[in-house]
Amino acid sequence: MSISREDVKYTANLARLELKDKELDILSKHLQDILDFIDKLKSVDIKEVAPTSHVLPIKNVYREDEVSRSLKTSDALKNAPSKDERFFKVPKVIE
Amino acid sequence: MNNNNNLFSLSAKDIITQKTDPKSVIASLTERINKVEDKVKAFVRKPKINPAAKPSPKTNQPLWSIAVSIKDNICVEGQLTTCASKILSGFHPPYDAEVITRLKNAGAILWGKTNMDEFAFGSSCENSCYGPTSNPHNLDCVPGGSSGGSAAAVAADETIMSIGSDTGGSIRQPASFCGVVGLKPTYGRVSRYGLIAFASSLDQIGPLTKNVYDSALLLNTIAGYDHKDSTSADIKVPDFTKSLGEDIKNITIGLPEEYFTKGINREVKIAVDTAIELLKKKGAKFIPVKLPHTQYAVAVYYIIATAEASSNLARFDGVQYGYRKDTGQGLIPMYRATRGEGFGEEAKRRIILGTYVLSSGYYDAYYLRAQKVRTLIKKDFDDAFKTIDCILTPTSPTPAFKKGEKLKTPLAMYLSDIYTISANLAGIPAISIPCGFTKNNLPIGLQLIAKPFAEDTLFKIASAYEAETNWCKIKPKL
Repeated sequence: MSISREDVKYTANLARLELKDKELDILSKHLQDILDFIDKLKSVDIKEVAPTSHVLPIKNVYREDEVSRSLKTSDALKNAPSKDERFFKVPKVIE
Repeated sequence: MNNNNNLFSLSAKDIITQKTDPKSVIASLTERINKVEDKVKAFVRKPKINPAAKPSPKTNQPLWSIAVSIKDNICVEGQLTTCASKILSGFHPPYDAEVITRLKNAGAILWGKTNMDEFAFGSSCENSCYGPTSNPHNLDCVPGGSSGGSAAAVAADETIMSIGSDTGGSIRQPASFCGVVGLKPTYGRVSRYGLIAFASSLDQIGPLTKNVYDSALLLNTIAGYDHKDSTSADIKVPDFTKSLGEDIKNITIGLPEEYFTKGINREVKIAVDTAIELLKKKGAKFIPVKLPHTQYAVAVYYIIATAEASSNLARFDGVQYGYRKDTGQGLIPMYRATRGEGFGEEAKRRIILGTYVLSSGYYDAYYLRAQKVRTLIKKDFDDAFKTIDCILTPTSPTPAFKKGEKLKTPLAMYLSDIYTISANLAGIPAISIPCGFTKNNLPIGLQLIAKPFAEDTLFKIASAYEAETNWCKIKPKL
């Protein structure tokens, strides 16, 4: 499969990543190289093979609904670049 | 009795058995860091020591007063933790990772934060916002990655032990390049709580040490069930030091033909072959095995790992912690600018690739297909382990390469993990131990891979080999 500069630009927007023109050029080339390499998987017979998303047999983890120590609001907010009282503060979302 | 001037070169085993005064060891390590750290640059934050602090009274804790350095993607409460990324600048975690809690409970001294490839994306420790670490055995070469700082700190005797993380070889490949012992435990053996996630189905924390005993000792401390990690395995943890020194006469080791083909450096091949002969003399039986889907492992890995990474790294958006670039144009432009400026080149490459393989129209062709081939890779190992106890391979096809050599060709960099990636995809434990040096004095490592939760088998074979060799004792000239 081939990946165009426009594809990379579109994907970068999905990932909320601002790329400079020069970065777009280099990334497009590198991604094409990697996708060409990855294409070798097309030759594998995967009929009736189940996908592995996890190597161990995992199951739902349940616990009693008990009150325990949790992070204090002030600690949770300590690293915020911008905050207001008990809230993370972000730039304006609605016009 | 050791000369006071070189206490820094002691292993944890030495310190414990010789009952070395911990204060003298710490003083010696501090001097050592002052002497060699400018050349090696293993640390992103050197250990802070208060010379006036009274030594804690002797306890029976297994790692009492032993210095352990921590990779900078593991959270330590109140201590700057950045993953070597600008986007986490200023981040002081409000809690300890589970491994940190366990190390503290075991009496260890947290000995600085070590350098790494940004978010563990890399095989050379060059993708760090702090600049590269050097290989202590040759300062022009890379230490490997991504746990390059942890491996280099151990090799350069700037610490006693280190903690790293391994997603596709990030403990074993730098251990091999730096001439130290590096273990990736079974997936689920060590809690990932507080490890800043790269690829959640592959990541595992493990030890980098000066010998096999120390590796077993450190695993004893960090292994075990943790309810805070939903993928933590509720399986009994044996005393791994007990499996050391057992004879290996009843052991059968498989040699996968797919790992001994073209592309392997001649000196690496010779060193590994010599190690095989030695293990044969000790009584181990060797048979050829087939892992037919090996050739697809790197491709599968770079789909699954980047897909998971693109999802995990979505949380770095300039809101809860770290760097923010506010353009004054609203929320989405803030996200885009923050991430565009905060992430380095390799991180951006992996986020884009991961987002691409997960995006509508490509999911089945890339991500789902990769997960299916992952099943086949895992089945290769399940089948092989029906007749053997362990698999032996080189850790890396080459010794450490020169700085800058692979930075411009990401695919070549990715292929340096060709022998280590499969163990992560299959979730099985693997160890790298030193098995020689090239004529240019660069370390060579061999890898042992075992069944899930059979770390004891790895330690048994590794210690049998180590008992007959002294590669770990050959120190870099710094």
